[in-house]
Amino acid sequence: MNNIIVLPMIVPIITAILLVFLRDFIKLQRIISLMTMGFVIGVTALLLGLVQSGGIMKLDFSGWLPPYGILFVADSFALILVLTASIITAICLIYAFATIGERHERMFFYPFVLFLIAGVNGSFLTGDIFNLFVCFEVMLLASYVLVALGGEKVQLREALKYVLINVVASWMFLVALAFLYGTVKTLNMAHIAQRVAELGQDPILTTVSILFLIVFALKAGLLLFFWLPGSYSVPPTAVQALFAALLTKVGVYALFRTFTLMFPLNQEVTHLVIGIMAGLTIIAGCMGALAGKDVRTIATYNVIIAIGFILIGLATGTETGFAGSIYYLVHDMFAKALLFLLIGTMVYLTGEVIVKRMSGLIRNYPLFGWIYFIVMCALAGIPPLSGFIGKLLIGQGAIEGENFVLLALGFASSIIVLYSLLRILLASFFGETTISEDHQKPIPKLAMTAFSLLALCLIVLGVGAEAFAPFIEDAAKTLADPSIYIEAVLGNSE
Amino acid sequence: MKINDVILRTVVKGVVFIVLTLGVYLFFAGHNEPGGGFIGGLVLGSGIVLLYITFDIETVHRGMPFDFKKVAALGVLLATGSAIASLFFGAPFLKQADDYFEFPLLGETHLTTVTIFEAGVALTVIGTLVTIILSISEDE
Repeated sequence: MNNIIVLPMIVPIITAILLVFLRDFIKLQRIISLMTMGFVIGVTALLLGLVQSGGIMKLDFSGWLPPYGILFVADSFALILVLTASIITAICLIYAFATIGERHERMFFYPFVLFLIAGVNGSFLTGDIFNLFVCFEVMLLASYVLVALGGEKVQLREALKYVLINVVASWMFLVALAFLYGTVKTLNMAHIAQRVAELGQDPILTTVSILFLIVFALKAGLLLFFWLPGSYSVPPTAVQALFAALLTKVGVYALFRTFTLMFPLNQEVTHLVIGIMAGLTIIAGCMGALAGKDVRTIATYNVIIAIGFILIGLATGTETGFAGSIYYLVHDMFAKALLFLLIGTMVYLTGEVIVKRMSGLIRNYPLFGWIYFIVMCALAGIPPLSGFIGKLLIGQGAIEGENFVLLALGFASSIIVLYSLLRILLASFFGETTISEDHQKPIPKLAMTAFSLLALCLIVLGVGAEAFAPFIEDAAKTLADPSIYIEAVLGNSE
Repeated sequence: MKINDVILRTVVKGVVFIVLTLGVYLFFAGHNEPGGGFIGGLVLGSGIVLLYITFDIETVHRGMPFDFKKVAALGVLLATGSAIASLFFGAPFLKQADDYFEFPLLGETHLTTVTIFEAGVALTVIGTLVTIILSISEDE
């Protein structure tokens, strides 16, 4: 019994509810929400340490042993993602303090951010696939509100599309769950894995797994990303950054869990399909990023390229590939949050969204410009920064798994990413300045703090890669050998 | 144009008591039989909505000056509170307790902590239901 595992989900929910009663005390809301995230970060770091020494931890809710009850399982992979998500949320909150505006703050902005992170953390930690559906819904409901909050015409238009596509995806998730339950008669993920292994992954189960692939691909923006560029470019900047960093990554996490733990046996079919989808996603994302004239479009297509790239690691089916994917996933969450905050701030400072209409920003805001330079280098995978190790390991995994086409596509995409971001750097940051010193809007101090913290995370993650390696290796080992996970969940009950 | 709703008002004054009583009955029946916080909450909520439909919003607000958003929030707080209460007793998350107590007049009574959880559910349902209906009605 490890009640501590539930804290990263339940504490944000409870404080979110308390904030509803504190609607008129905006300062207090800010302090409480930031303190909550600080607490969650602390607890998760502690848990990560405990899991390294004591192995995977689990909590059976209300004491119902698996496979009957629902449970939370804390392994390194889940905890690394919970930690990353919580740190990013805390930093985005700091940015939001300075920029979101009182109107949002009074309309329950902070409670919804906390609900969002509760759903995200719950999705990472749960060990029951129906509970995963519930946590997805908690996260999605909060995100529906955050997309539409503000009530501008364009927001409502995109929110409607976003809600519709997600409702359809959730319906398909339920259908897939029903098929799965009808076939293996259990919803506990470890128990499903055990039953699938006993039965052998026959065509029916493979079909069910493909259904899950479609559902999670919709949520993650893997190939089925047509809804993503629109809905990610309308909400306020802090929300955009949260979405870009967290939401699609939960889908990626679900894909990893599904195809390493539950359906790992028929890789000729499932992993081939994932590989093809990842390849096509990268190609389509690159086209979007190259064709985009609007800074926001370029940034959203960069999210899509990264999703494709991370899933190359899954398609390779090797432990090195998994390690690379986890590393790149963490890096990408930080880098995309920072990229979206920077892009949003550029739009705020200049009042323009087209790349060519901005110029010389680095003269007005030197530190801001250099932070953009850092995130660009990190996303392209230039050595001391965080993107490098992930790309290297995914490349190694692709060679081990002999996926040479994906290898070539993955590394070609790095050049496209670099080119698309370099274009913004050259056009918008360099050149003659168009803003005179008198008219220049100041960047709020808290916003600069948020940028600096995220840039610092990118540098620490890259330079200190050695220090993080044990955690990543442990996570990859569990993914490559699902019996560790199954043993930890079902071991003492049967 | 004002419609003549004497019959509606007269009937509702009686019916609303039956609806609310049924809601409370369903809430408590839920422990061992069909019913519970969700259904009880729905019935109670529909009773309140019936009042809002029959009498105007101001009149009902004078009798029940609640912000129903906060009622919903209170409900979630109660439910999650009962879920984490087990943490302080060293029991697994969501663990519920129950026991039999002797009361004067009532005799032996079965008291459970799950009732607190259910009360939270009921309040959440009432709060959400009434908030939705009121928000729709505000839109002319």
